[in-house]
Amino acid sequence: MVPEMSDHSGTSSLSQDSTQRPLSRRQVFERRQKRRSLLIALASSLAVIGLLVALIPQTPGWYKVKRSFFNGPILDETFPALLRAFVKDIQIFLWCAPCILVLGMLLAICRNVRSPLLFPLRLFAAAYTDIFRGIPVILTILLIGFGVPGLGMDRPWNSPYLWGSVALILAYSSYVSEVFRAGIESIHESQRAGARSLGLSTSQTLRHIIIPQAIRRVIPPLMNDFVSLQKDVALISLIGPIEILRQAGIDKSKYANFTPYVGAAIIFLLLTIPETRFVDHLMSRERRRTSGTAVR
Amino acid sequence: MTPKILLDDVHKSFGTRSVLKGISIEVAQSEVIAFIGSSGSGKSTLLRCVNLLESIDDGAIFLDGVDISAPGLNPDPVRQRIGMVFQSFNLFPHMTVLQNVSLAPHKVLGQSKKESESHARELIARLGLSDRADGYPDQLSGGQQQRVAIARSLAMNPEVMLLDEITSALDPELVGEVLDVVRELKSNGMTMLLATHEMGFAKEIADRVCFLHEGQILECSSPAEFFTNPTHQRTQQFLQRVTEAGRL
Ligand SMILES: Nc1ncnc2c1ncn2[C@@H]1O[C@H](COP(=O)(O)OP(=O)(O)OP(=O)(O)O)[C@@H](O)[C@H]1O
Ligand SMILES: [Mg+2]
Repeated sequence: MVPEMSDHSGTSSLSQDSTQRPLSRRQVFERRQKRRSLLIALASSLAVIGLLVALIPQTPGWYKVKRSFFNGPILDETFPALLRAFVKDIQIFLWCAPCILVLGMLLAICRNVRSPLLFPLRLFAAAYTDIFRGIPVILTILLIGFGVPGLGMDRPWNSPYLWGSVALILAYSSYVSEVFRAGIESIHESQRAGARSLGLSTSQTLRHIIIPQAIRRVIPPLMNDFVSLQKDVALISLIGPIEILRQAGIDKSKYANFTPYVGAAIIFLLLTIPETRFVDHLMSRERRRTSGTAVR
Repeated sequence: MTPKILLDDVHKSFGTRSVLKGISIEVAQSEVIAFIGSSGSGKSTLLRCVNLLESIDDGAIFLDGVDISAPGLNPDPVRQRIGMVFQSFNLFPHMTVLQNVSLAPHKVLGQSKKESESHARELIARLGLSDRADGYPDQLSGGQQQRVAIARSLAMNPEVMLLDEITSALDPELVGEVLDVVRELKSNGMTMLLATHEMGFAKEIADRVCFLHEGQILECSSPAEFFTNPTHQRTQQFLQRVTEAGRL
Protein backbone atom coordinates (compact mmCIF):
# COMPACT_ATOMS: atom_id res chain seq x y z
CA MET A 1 0.00 0.00 0.00
CA VAL A 2 2.78 2.44 0.75
CA PRO A 3 4.55 3.31 -2.48
CA GLU A 4 8.03 1.83 -2.66
CA MET A 5 10.39 4.42 -1.37
CA SER A 6 13.77 3.67 -2.81
CA ASP A 7 16.88 4.50 -0.87
CA HIS A 8 19.52 6.28 -2.85
CA SER A 9 22.29 5.48 -0.47
CA GLY A 10 24.85 4.27 -3.00
CA THR A 11 27.74 2.81 -1.06
CA SER A 12 30.49 5.33 -1.25
CA SER A 13 33.10 5.00 -3.92
CA LEU A 14 35.49 7.04 -1.79
CA SER A 15 36.89 4.09 0.08
CA GLN A 16 38.21 2.51 -3.09
CA ASP A 17 40.51 5.16 -4.46
CA SER A 18 41.84 6.22 -1.04
CA THR A 19 44.35 3.36 -1.07
CA GLN A 20 46.05 4.54 -4.23
CA ARG A 21 46.38 8.15 -3.26
CA PRO A 22 49.86 9.25 -2.04
CA LEU A 23 50.15 9.98 1.68
CA SER A 24 48.61 13.25 2.72
CA ARG A 25 50.66 15.88 4.54
CA ARG A 26 48.94 14.94 7.78
CA GLN A 27 49.70 11.25 7.34
CA VAL A 28 53.39 11.96 6.66
CA PHE A 29 53.52 14.15 9.75
CA GLU A 30 51.76 11.59 11.92
CA ARG A 31 54.05 8.78 10.81
CA ARG A 32 57.15 10.76 11.62
CA GLN A 33 55.65 11.78 14.95
CA LYS A 34 54.83 8.18 15.77
CA ARG A 35 58.30 6.91 14.95
CA ARG A 36 59.85 9.62 17.14
CA SER A 37 57.58 8.79 20.12
CA LEU A 38 58.48 5.13 19.77
CA LEU A 39 62.22 5.85 19.80
CA ILE A 40 61.96 8.08 22.85
CA ALA A 41 59.88 5.50 24.73
CA LEU A 42 62.39 2.76 23.88
CA ALA A 43 65.41 4.79 24.93
CA SER A 44 63.95 5.90 28.25
CA SER A 45 62.80 2.37 29.12
CA LEU A 46 66.25 0.95 28.36
CA ALA A 47 67.88 3.60 30.52
CA VAL A 48 65.66 2.84 33.51
CA ILE A 49 66.03 -0.91 33.21
CA GLY A 50 69.77 -0.62 32.75
CA LEU A 51 70.02 1.52 35.87
CA LEU A 52 68.07 -1.01 37.93
CA VAL A 53 70.13 -3.93 36.68
CA ALA A 54 73.31 -2.06 37.48
CA LEU A 55 72.28 -0.74 40.90
CA ILE A 56 70.32 -3.51 42.63
CA PRO A 57 73.23 -5.99 42.74
CA GLN A 58 75.23 -3.26 44.49
CA THR A 59 72.96 -3.45 47.55
CA PRO A 60 74.51 -5.28 50.55
CA GLY A 61 71.81 -7.97 50.84
CA TRP A 62 71.44 -8.75 47.14
CA TYR A 63 73.42 -11.98 47.06
CA LYS A 64 71.27 -13.40 49.86
CA VAL A 65 68.02 -12.37 48.18
CA LYS A 66 69.24 -13.82 44.92
CA ARG A 67 70.06 -17.14 46.53
CA SER A 68 66.74 -17.55 48.34
CA PHE A 69 64.30 -16.01 45.83
CA PHE A 70 65.88 -16.34 42.40
CA ASN A 71 67.59 -19.67 42.70
CA GLY A 72 67.88 -21.19 39.22
CA PRO A 73 68.43 -24.87 40.12
CA ILE A 74 65.60 -24.89 42.66
CA LEU A 75 63.29 -23.24 40.17
CA ASP A 76 64.12 -25.92 37.60
CA GLU A 77 63.42 -28.64 40.10
CA THR A 78 60.13 -27.34 41.51
CA PHE A 79 58.56 -25.81 38.40
CA PRO A 80 57.02 -29.01 36.94
CA ALA A 81 55.24 -29.86 40.21
CA LEU A 82 53.97 -26.30 40.42
CA LEU A 83 52.58 -26.51 36.91
CA ARG A 84 50.84 -29.80 37.74
CA ALA A 85 49.33 -28.23 40.86
CA PHE A 86 48.17 -25.27 38.81
CA VAL A 87 45.93 -27.58 36.82
CA LYS A 88 43.90 -27.90 40.04
CA ASP A 89 43.51 -24.10 40.19
CA ILE A 90 42.27 -24.06 36.64
CA GLN A 91 39.81 -26.85 37.34
CA ILE A 92 38.38 -25.03 40.35
CA PHE A 93 38.14 -21.86 38.27
CA LEU A 94 36.36 -23.69 35.47
CA TRP A 95 33.62 -25.14 37.62
CA CYS A 96 33.17 -22.00 39.70
CA ALA A 97 32.86 -19.59 36.76
CA PRO A 98 29.59 -20.88 35.25
CA CYS A 99 27.98 -21.19 38.70
CA ILE A 100 28.99 -17.60 39.45
CA LEU A 101 27.54 -16.33 36.18
CA VAL A 102 24.20 -18.05 36.68
CA LEU A 103 23.87 -17.16 40.35
CA GLY A 104 25.02 -13.58 39.73
CA MET A 105 22.43 -13.11 37.00
CA LEU A 106 19.65 -14.60 39.14
CA LEU A 107 20.55 -12.26 42.00
CA ALA A 108 20.60 -9.25 39.67
CA ILE A 109 17.16 -10.19 38.33
CA CYS A 110 15.83 -10.67 41.87
CA ARG A 111 16.97 -7.19 42.79
CA ASN A 112 15.04 -5.83 39.82
CA VAL A 113 11.64 -7.39 40.49
CA ARG A 114 9.05 -4.86 41.50
CA SER A 115 6.18 -7.19 42.36
CA PRO A 116 5.30 -6.95 46.07
CA LEU A 117 4.71 -10.70 46.15
CA LEU A 118 8.36 -11.24 45.36
CA PHE A 119 9.60 -8.63 47.81
CA PRO A 120 11.19 -11.26 50.09
CA LEU A 121 13.28 -12.37 47.11
CA ARG A 122 14.47 -8.83 46.58
CA LEU A 123 15.29 -8.42 50.22
CA PHE A 124 17.19 -11.70 50.24
CA ALA A 125 19.21 -10.73 47.16
CA ALA A 126 20.07 -7.34 48.65
CA ALA A 127 21.16 -8.87 51.95
CA TYR A 128 23.16 -11.55 50.15
CA THR A 129 25.13 -9.07 48.06
CA ASP A 130 25.66 -6.74 51.02
CA ILE A 131 27.03 -9.55 53.17
CA PHE A 132 29.34 -11.24 50.70
CA ARG A 133 30.60 -8.02 49.19
CA GLY A 134 31.44 -6.77 52.65
CA ILE A 135 33.51 -9.74 53.85
CA PRO A 136 37.07 -10.29 52.57
CA VAL A 137 37.08 -13.37 50.31
CA ILE A 138 39.68 -15.00 52.49
CA LEU A 139 37.39 -14.82 55.55
CA THR A 140 34.48 -16.31 53.62
CA ILE A 141 36.74 -19.16 52.60
CA LEU A 142 37.96 -19.77 56.14
CA LEU A 143 34.52 -19.57 57.71
CA ILE A 144 32.84 -21.85 55.19
CA GLY A 145 35.83 -24.08 54.60
CA PHE A 146 36.31 -24.87 58.29
CA GLY A 147 32.75 -24.28 59.47
CA VAL A 148 30.63 -26.44 57.20
CA PRO A 149 32.79 -29.62 57.26
CA GLY A 150 32.54 -29.26 61.04
CA LEU A 151 28.91 -30.37 60.72
CA GLY A 152 30.41 -33.84 60.37
CA MET A 153 28.85 -34.89 57.09
CA ASP A 154 30.06 -37.95 55.23
CA ARG A 155 32.67 -38.40 52.53
CA PRO A 156 31.93 -36.29 49.48
CA TRP A 157 30.27 -33.62 51.62
CA ASN A 158 33.24 -32.75 53.76
CA SER A 159 35.69 -32.08 50.95
CA PRO A 160 37.61 -28.82 51.23
CA TYR A 161 37.51 -28.53 47.42
CA LEU A 162 33.73 -28.44 47.58
CA TRP A 163 33.42 -25.89 50.35
CA GLY A 164 36.32 -23.80 49.14
CA SER A 165 34.60 -23.59 45.77
CA VAL A 166 31.28 -22.79 47.40
CA ALA A 167 32.90 -19.92 49.29
CA LEU A 168 34.39 -18.53 46.07
CA ILE A 169 31.04 -18.87 44.31
CA LEU A 170 29.21 -17.06 47.12
CA ALA A 171 31.69 -14.19 47.20
CA TYR A 172 32.08 -13.74 43.46
CA SER A 173 28.41 -14.14 42.58
CA SER A 174 27.74 -11.12 44.78
CA TYR A 175 30.33 -9.07 42.85
CA VAL A 176 29.09 -10.29 39.52
CA SER A 177 25.46 -9.62 40.40
CA GLU A 178 26.36 -5.99 41.04
CA VAL A 179 27.98 -5.80 37.62
CA PHE A 180 24.89 -7.30 35.98
CA ARG A 181 22.62 -5.00 37.96
CA ALA A 182 24.55 -1.93 36.84
CA GLY A 183 24.29 -3.21 33.27
CA ILE A 184 20.53 -3.73 33.53
CA GLU A 185 20.03 -0.29 35.02
CA SER A 186 22.15 1.32 32.32
CA ILE A 187 19.66 0.37 29.61
CA HIS A 188 17.64 3.44 28.78
CA GLU A 189 14.03 3.64 29.89
CA SER A 190 12.92 4.23 26.30
CA GLN A 191 13.90 0.64 25.48
CA ARG A 192 11.48 -0.59 28.11
CA ALA A 193 8.75 1.78 26.86
CA GLY A 194 9.28 0.59 23.30
CA ALA A 195 8.95 -3.03 24.29
CA ARG A 196 5.98 -2.58 26.61
CA SER A 197 4.11 -0.50 24.02
CA LEU A 198 4.24 -3.54 21.74
CA GLY A 199 2.48 -5.60 24.38
CA LEU A 200 5.52 -7.49 25.67
CA SER A 201 5.16 -8.39 29.35
CA THR A 202 7.62 -7.30 32.02
CA SER A 203 9.45 -10.60 31.95
CA GLN A 204 9.50 -10.79 28.15
CA THR A 205 10.92 -7.27 28.07
CA LEU A 206 13.60 -8.24 30.57
CA ARG A 207 14.48 -11.42 28.75
CA HIS A 208 14.48 -10.28 25.12
CA ILE A 209 15.29 -6.57 25.32
CA ILE A 210 17.01 -5.58 28.55
CA ILE A 211 19.24 -8.51 29.50
CA PRO A 212 20.77 -9.15 26.05
CA GLN A 213 21.80 -5.51 25.84
CA ALA A 214 23.00 -5.42 29.45
CA ILE A 215 25.21 -8.48 28.96
CA ARG A 216 26.91 -6.96 25.94
CA ARG A 217 27.62 -3.86 27.93
CA VAL A 218 29.14 -5.59 30.98
CA ILE A 219 31.41 -8.13 29.32
CA PRO A 220 34.63 -6.15 29.93
CA PRO A 221 34.04 -5.46 33.67
CA LEU A 222 32.86 -9.07 34.06
CA MET A 223 36.10 -10.37 32.60
CA ASN A 224 37.97 -8.20 35.09
CA ASP A 225 36.18 -9.98 37.91
CA PHE A 226 37.10 -13.33 36.42
CA VAL A 227 40.77 -12.43 36.23
CA SER A 228 40.55 -11.70 39.96
CA LEU A 229 38.79 -15.00 40.53
CA GLN A 230 41.63 -16.77 38.73
CA LYS A 231 44.01 -15.39 41.32
CA ASP A 232 41.76 -15.83 44.34
CA VAL A 233 41.41 -19.54 43.67
CA ALA A 234 44.84 -19.78 45.30
CA LEU A 235 43.29 -18.68 48.62
CA ILE A 236 41.63 -22.08 48.86
CA SER A 237 45.05 -23.45 49.77
CA LEU A 238 44.38 -22.16 53.29
CA ILE A 239 41.78 -24.85 53.92
CA GLY A 240 43.71 -27.77 52.51
CA PRO A 241 43.58 -28.53 48.79
CA ILE A 242 46.97 -28.95 47.20
CA GLU A 243 46.84 -26.37 44.49
CA ILE A 244 49.69 -24.22 43.29
CA LEU A 245 50.14 -21.96 46.33
CA ARG A 246 50.04 -24.95 48.69
CA GLN A 247 52.51 -26.84 46.51
CA ALA A 248 54.81 -23.83 46.53
CA GLY A 249 54.58 -23.72 50.33
CA ILE A 250 55.50 -27.40 50.57
CA ASP A 251 58.48 -26.90 48.27
CA LYS A 252 59.52 -23.82 50.18
CA SER A 253 59.73 -25.84 53.38
CA LYS A 254 61.47 -28.71 51.66
CA TYR A 255 64.25 -26.56 50.15
CA ALA A 256 64.13 -23.83 52.83
CA ASN A 257 64.00 -21.43 49.91
CA PHE A 258 61.45 -18.94 48.58
CA THR A 259 62.09 -19.56 44.89
CA PRO A 260 58.98 -21.79 44.49
CA TYR A 261 56.83 -18.75 45.33
CA VAL A 262 58.51 -16.81 42.56
CA GLY A 263 57.85 -19.77 40.29
CA ALA A 264 54.15 -19.72 41.24
CA ALA A 265 54.02 -15.98 40.59
CA ILE A 266 55.52 -16.53 37.13
CA ILE A 267 52.90 -19.17 36.32
CA PHE A 268 50.07 -16.83 37.36
CA LEU A 269 51.51 -14.00 35.28
CA LEU A 270 51.77 -16.22 32.21
CA LEU A 271 48.01 -16.59 32.38
CA THR A 272 46.79 -13.29 33.82
CA ILE A 273 48.86 -10.86 31.75
CA PRO A 274 47.35 -12.00 28.44
CA GLU A 275 43.93 -12.01 30.12
CA THR A 276 44.20 -8.45 31.41
CA ARG A 277 45.61 -7.24 28.07
CA PHE A 278 42.61 -8.77 26.36
CA VAL A 279 40.17 -7.12 28.77
CA ASP A 280 41.87 -3.74 28.28
CA HIS A 281 41.55 -4.23 24.57
CA LEU A 282 37.83 -4.97 24.89
CA MET A 283 37.31 -1.98 27.16
CA SER A 284 39.05 0.49 24.92
CA ARG A 285 37.14 -0.86 21.96
CA GLU A 286 33.89 -0.34 23.86
CA ARG A 287 34.98 3.18 24.82
CA ARG A 288 35.82 4.04 21.23
CA ARG A 289 32.50 2.65 20.07
CA THR A 290 30.47 4.67 22.57
CA SER A 291 32.37 7.94 22.70
CA GLY A 292 33.62 8.49 19.19
CA THR A 293 37.22 9.20 18.27
CA ALA A 294 39.79 10.27 20.80
CA VAL A 295 40.39 13.97 21.13
CA ARG A 296 43.95 15.23 21.16
CA MET B 1 -22.04 4.56 17.74
CA THR B 2 -19.48 4.10 20.50
CA PRO B 3 -16.38 6.16 19.86
CA LYS B 4 -13.17 4.23 19.18
CA ILE B 5 -11.48 6.09 21.98
CA LEU B 6 -13.04 8.18 24.67
CA LEU B 7 -11.13 10.23 27.21
CA ASP B 8 -13.28 11.36 30.09
CA ASP B 9 -11.87 14.06 32.36
CA VAL B 10 -8.37 12.55 32.48
CA HIS B 11 -6.04 13.88 35.16
CA LYS B 12 -2.38 13.08 35.56
CA SER B 13 0.27 14.53 37.80
CA PHE B 14 3.89 13.73 38.47
CA GLY B 15 4.37 14.29 42.19
CA THR B 16 2.88 17.67 42.90
CA ARG B 17 3.17 18.76 39.30
CA SER B 18 -0.18 18.51 37.57
CA VAL B 19 0.39 17.78 33.87
CA LEU B 20 -3.05 16.82 32.53
CA LYS B 21 -5.93 18.72 34.06
CA GLY B 22 -9.14 17.20 32.84
CA ILE B 23 -8.78 16.07 29.25
CA SER B 24 -11.98 14.94 27.54
CA ILE B 25 -12.24 13.99 23.90
CA GLU B 26 -14.10 11.52 21.70
CA VAL B 27 -12.29 9.94 18.80
CA ALA B 28 -14.37 8.19 16.16
CA GLN B 29 -13.28 5.09 14.24
CA SER B 30 -10.82 6.12 11.49
CA GLU B 31 -10.57 9.62 12.79
CA VAL B 32 -7.20 11.39 12.86
CA ILE B 33 -6.61 13.87 15.65
CA ALA B 34 -3.58 16.14 15.78
CA PHE B 35 -2.52 17.57 19.14
CA ILE B 36 -0.52 20.74 18.95
CA GLY B 37 0.73 22.97 21.70
CA SER B 38 3.92 24.38 23.09
CA SER B 39 6.62 22.26 24.65
CA GLY B 40 5.63 20.94 28.05
CA SER B 41 1.90 21.31 27.42
CA GLY B 42 1.40 17.57 28.00
CA LYS B 43 1.14 16.07 24.49
CA SER B 44 3.51 13.18 25.10
CA THR B 45 2.04 12.50 28.52
CA LEU B 46 -1.44 12.33 27.01
CA LEU B 47 -0.39 9.77 24.40
CA ARG B 48 1.56 7.74 26.96
CA CYS B 49 -1.55 7.64 29.15
CA VAL B 50 -3.64 6.27 26.28
CA ASN B 51 -1.00 3.55 25.79
CA LEU B 52 -1.11 2.88 29.56
CA LEU B 53 2.59 3.62 29.83
CA GLU B 54 1.53 6.13 32.48
CA SER B 55 -1.34 5.40 34.83
CA ILE B 56 -3.87 8.20 35.18
CA ASP B 57 -4.90 9.66 38.52
CA ASP B 58 -8.51 10.45 37.76
CA GLY B 59 -11.07 10.14 34.97
CA ALA B 60 -11.23 7.23 32.56
CA ILE B 61 -10.08 6.11 29.12
CA PHE B 62 -12.33 3.91 27.02
CA LEU B 63 -11.38 1.78 24.02
CA ASP B 64 -14.45 0.58 22.10
CA GLY B 65 -16.53 1.45 25.14
CA VAL B 66 -14.41 -0.59 27.55
CA ASP B 67 -12.66 1.18 30.40
CA ILE B 68 -8.97 0.43 29.87
CA SER B 69 -7.76 2.73 32.64
CA ALA B 70 -9.33 0.75 35.48
CA PRO B 71 -6.71 0.25 38.18
CA GLY B 72 -5.40 -3.28 38.29
CA LEU B 73 -6.25 -4.07 34.68
CA ASN B 74 -3.57 -5.99 32.75
CA PRO B 75 -2.20 -3.45 30.26
CA ASP B 76 -0.57 -5.93 27.88
CA PRO B 77 -3.66 -6.99 25.85
CA VAL B 78 -4.64 -3.32 25.48
CA ARG B 79 -1.20 -2.33 24.25
CA GLN B 80 -1.40 -5.02 21.58
CA ARG B 81 -4.34 -3.13 20.10
CA ILE B 82 -2.77 0.32 20.37
CA GLY B 83 0.52 0.94 18.55
CA MET B 84 2.82 3.72 19.61
CA VAL B 85 5.73 5.37 17.82
CA PHE B 86 8.04 7.61 19.78
CA GLN B 87 9.97 10.76 19.03
CA SER B 88 13.29 9.03 19.59
CA PHE B 89 12.97 5.88 17.59
CA ASN B 90 13.94 3.48 20.41
CA LEU B 91 14.42 0.53 18.11
CA PHE B 92 16.15 -2.44 19.74
CA PRO B 93 19.81 -1.91 18.84
CA HIS B 94 20.85 -5.53 19.36
CA MET B 95 18.36 -6.86 16.81
CA THR B 96 18.21 -6.61 13.05
CA VAL B 97 15.41 -4.67 11.38
CA LEU B 98 13.64 -7.95 10.67
CA GLN B 99 13.94 -9.09 14.30
CA ASN B 100 12.73 -5.71 15.56
CA VAL B 101 9.59 -6.02 13.49
CA SER B 102 8.90 -9.74 14.01
CA LEU B 103 9.68 -10.03 17.74
CA ALA B 104 6.33 -8.96 19.20
CA PRO B 105 4.09 -10.91 16.78
CA HIS B 106 6.16 -14.01 17.54
CA LYS B 107 6.38 -13.58 21.33
CA VAL B 108 3.10 -11.84 22.09
CA LEU B 109 0.66 -13.00 19.41
CA GLY B 110 2.18 -16.46 19.32
CA GLN B 111 2.76 -16.51 15.57
CA SER B 112 5.34 -19.04 14.44
CA LYS B 113 8.78 -17.61 13.78
CA LYS B 114 8.38 -18.22 10.06
CA GLU B 115 4.97 -16.64 9.91
CA SER B 116 6.02 -13.56 11.89
CA GLU B 117 9.11 -13.12 9.74
CA SER B 118 7.36 -13.39 6.43
CA HIS B 119 4.72 -10.95 7.63
CA ALA B 120 7.51 -8.64 8.83
CA ARG B 121 9.27 -8.83 5.46
CA GLU B 122 6.06 -7.80 3.73
CA LEU B 123 5.69 -4.79 6.01
CA ILE B 124 9.32 -3.82 5.64
CA ALA B 125 8.94 -4.00 1.87
CA ARG B 126 5.80 -1.90 2.01
CA LEU B 127 7.76 0.80 3.81
CA GLY B 128 10.48 0.63 1.16
CA LEU B 129 13.18 -0.91 3.34
CA SER B 130 13.56 -4.38 1.82
CA ASP B 131 17.29 -4.02 1.31
CA ARG B 132 17.77 -3.06 4.97
CA ALA B 133 15.87 -5.94 6.56
CA ASP B 134 19.01 -7.70 7.78
CA GLY B 135 20.87 -4.59 8.87
CA TYR B 136 21.00 -3.17 12.37
CA PRO B 137 19.23 0.05 13.41
CA ASP B 138 22.43 2.08 13.82
CA GLN B 139 23.25 1.45 10.16
CA LEU B 140 20.10 3.28 9.08
CA SER B 141 19.32 6.96 8.57
CA GLY B 142 16.91 8.62 11.00
CA GLY B 143 14.08 8.48 8.47
CA GLN B 144 14.66 4.80 7.83
CA GLN B 145 14.78 4.10 11.56
CA GLN B 146 11.50 5.88 12.09
CA ARG B 147 9.92 3.87 9.27
CA VAL B 148 11.14 0.68 10.94
CA ALA B 149 9.60 1.88 14.23
CA ILE B 150 6.29 2.35 12.42
CA ALA B 151 6.58 -1.09 10.82
CA ARG B 152 7.32 -2.58 14.24
CA SER B 153 4.06 -1.15 15.59
CA LEU B 154 2.05 -2.08 12.50
CA ALA B 155 3.22 -5.68 12.75
CA MET B 156 0.89 -6.07 15.72
CA ASN B 157 -2.08 -5.08 13.55
CA PRO B 158 -3.11 -2.30 15.92
CA GLU B 159 -6.53 -0.70 15.76
CA VAL B 160 -5.20 2.66 16.87
CA MET B 161 -1.83 4.34 16.34
CA LEU B 162 -0.32 6.94 18.64
CA LEU B 163 2.40 8.97 16.97
CA ASP B 164 4.43 11.22 19.25
CA GLU B 165 6.30 13.84 17.22
CA ILE B 166 7.66 11.16 15.00
CA THR B 167 9.42 13.61 12.69
CA SER B 168 10.88 16.07 15.17
CA ALA B 169 14.21 14.24 15.48
CA LEU B 170 14.65 14.06 11.71
CA ASP B 171 16.55 16.20 9.23
CA PRO B 172 14.06 18.20 7.14
CA GLU B 173 14.74 16.19 4.00
CA LEU B 174 13.87 12.96 5.77
CA VAL B 175 10.52 14.16 7.13
CA GLY B 176 8.69 13.57 3.86
CA GLU B 177 9.34 9.84 3.66
CA VAL B 178 7.92 9.32 7.14
CA LEU B 179 4.87 11.50 6.56
CA ASP B 180 4.13 9.54 3.39
CA VAL B 181 3.70 6.47 5.56
CA VAL B 182 1.25 8.29 7.83
CA ARG B 183 -0.77 9.46 4.81
CA GLU B 184 -0.97 5.89 3.67
CA LEU B 185 -2.20 4.76 7.09
CA LYS B 186 -4.92 7.36 7.00
CA SER B 187 -6.10 6.30 3.59
CA ASN B 188 -6.46 2.80 5.02
CA GLY B 189 -8.72 4.05 7.75
CA MET B 190 -6.38 3.85 10.74
CA THR B 191 -7.53 5.72 13.82
CA MET B 192 -4.64 7.94 14.86
CA LEU B 193 -3.71 10.37 17.60
CA LEU B 194 -0.65 12.38 16.80
CA ALA B 195 1.36 14.99 18.61
CA THR B 196 3.15 17.19 16.13
CA HIS B 197 4.99 20.41 15.53
CA GLU B 198 4.44 20.13 11.77
CA MET B 199 1.54 22.55 11.34
CA GLY B 200 1.35 22.03 7.59
CA PHE B 201 1.06 18.31 8.09
CA ALA B 202 -1.54 18.64 10.86
CA LYS B 203 -3.55 20.86 8.52
CA GLU B 204 -3.35 18.34 5.72
CA ILE B 205 -3.93 15.07 7.50
CA ALA B 206 -6.00 15.71 10.62
CA ASP B 207 -9.77 15.53 10.78
CA ARG B 208 -9.58 17.63 13.90
CA VAL B 209 -6.78 19.70 15.39
CA CYS B 210 -6.71 20.12 19.17
CA PHE B 211 -4.78 22.79 20.97
CA LEU B 212 -3.29 21.70 24.28
CA HIS B 213 -2.26 24.32 26.80
CA GLU B 214 -0.98 23.57 30.29
CA GLY B 215 -2.69 20.21 30.42
CA GLN B 216 -6.05 21.28 29.04
CA ILE B 217 -7.62 21.14 25.60
CA LEU B 218 -8.51 24.72 24.82
CA GLU B 219 -10.13 24.04 21.47
CA CYS B 220 -10.67 21.29 18.96
CA SER B 221 -11.87 21.98 15.45
CA SER B 222 -11.45 21.11 11.79
CA PRO B 223 -8.11 22.23 10.36
CA ALA B 224 -9.76 24.85 8.15
CA GLU B 225 -11.53 26.32 11.13
CA PHE B 226 -8.59 25.94 13.46
CA PHE B 227 -5.94 27.61 11.35
CA THR B 228 -8.02 30.40 9.85
CA ASN B 229 -10.40 31.18 12.64
CA PRO B 230 -9.12 30.13 16.07
CA THR B 231 -11.52 31.15 18.79
CA HIS B 232 -9.28 31.07 21.81
CA GLN B 233 -6.82 33.83 22.45
CA ARG B 234 -4.07 31.40 23.50
CA THR B 235 -4.48 29.54 20.24
CA GLN B 236 -4.20 32.77 18.29
CA GLN B 237 -1.02 33.65 20.14
CA PHE B 238 0.45 30.20 19.59
CA LEU B 239 -0.36 30.24 15.88
CA GLN B 240 1.10 33.69 15.56
CA ARG B 241 4.35 32.58 17.19
CA VAL B 242 4.49 29.59 14.88
CA THR B 243 3.82 31.77 11.85
CA GLU B 244 6.56 34.17 12.87
CA ALA B 245 8.95 31.26 13.24
CA GLY B 246 8.08 30.36 9.65
CA ARG B 247 6.62 26.98 10.46
CA LEU B 248 3.17 27.48 9.01
N1 LIG C 1 8.15 11.09 34.12
C1 LIG C 1 7.96 12.39 34.44
N2 LIG C 1 8.22 12.83 35.67
C2 LIG C 1 8.04 14.12 36.02
N3 LIG C 1 7.59 15.06 35.18
C3 LIG C 1 7.30 14.70 33.92
C4 LIG C 1 7.47 13.35 33.49
N4 LIG C 1 7.11 13.26 32.18
C5 LIG C 1 6.73 14.51 31.83
N5 LIG C 1 6.82 15.38 32.86
C6 LIG C 1 6.48 16.80 32.86
O1 LIG C 1 5.20 16.92 32.31
C7 LIG C 1 5.11 18.07 31.49
C8 LIG C 1 4.54 17.70 30.14
O2 LIG C 1 5.48 16.88 29.48
P1 LIG C 1 5.22 16.29 28.03
O3 LIG C 1 6.41 15.48 27.70
O4 LIG C 1 3.91 15.61 28.03
O5 LIG C 1 5.15 17.59 27.17
P2 LIG C 1 5.04 17.73 25.59
O6 LIG C 1 3.86 18.54 25.30
O7 LIG C 1 5.13 16.40 24.96
O8 LIG C 1 6.32 18.57 25.27
P3 LIG C 1 7.29 18.48 23.98
O9 LIG C 1 6.62 19.22 22.90
O10 LIG C 1 8.53 19.17 24.46
O11 LIG C 1 7.50 17.04 23.69
C9 LIG C 1 6.49 18.66 31.40
O12 LIG C 1 6.54 19.80 32.22
C10 LIG C 1 7.39 17.59 31.95
O13 LIG C 1 8.44 18.17 32.68
MG1 LIG D 1 6.61 15.37 23.79
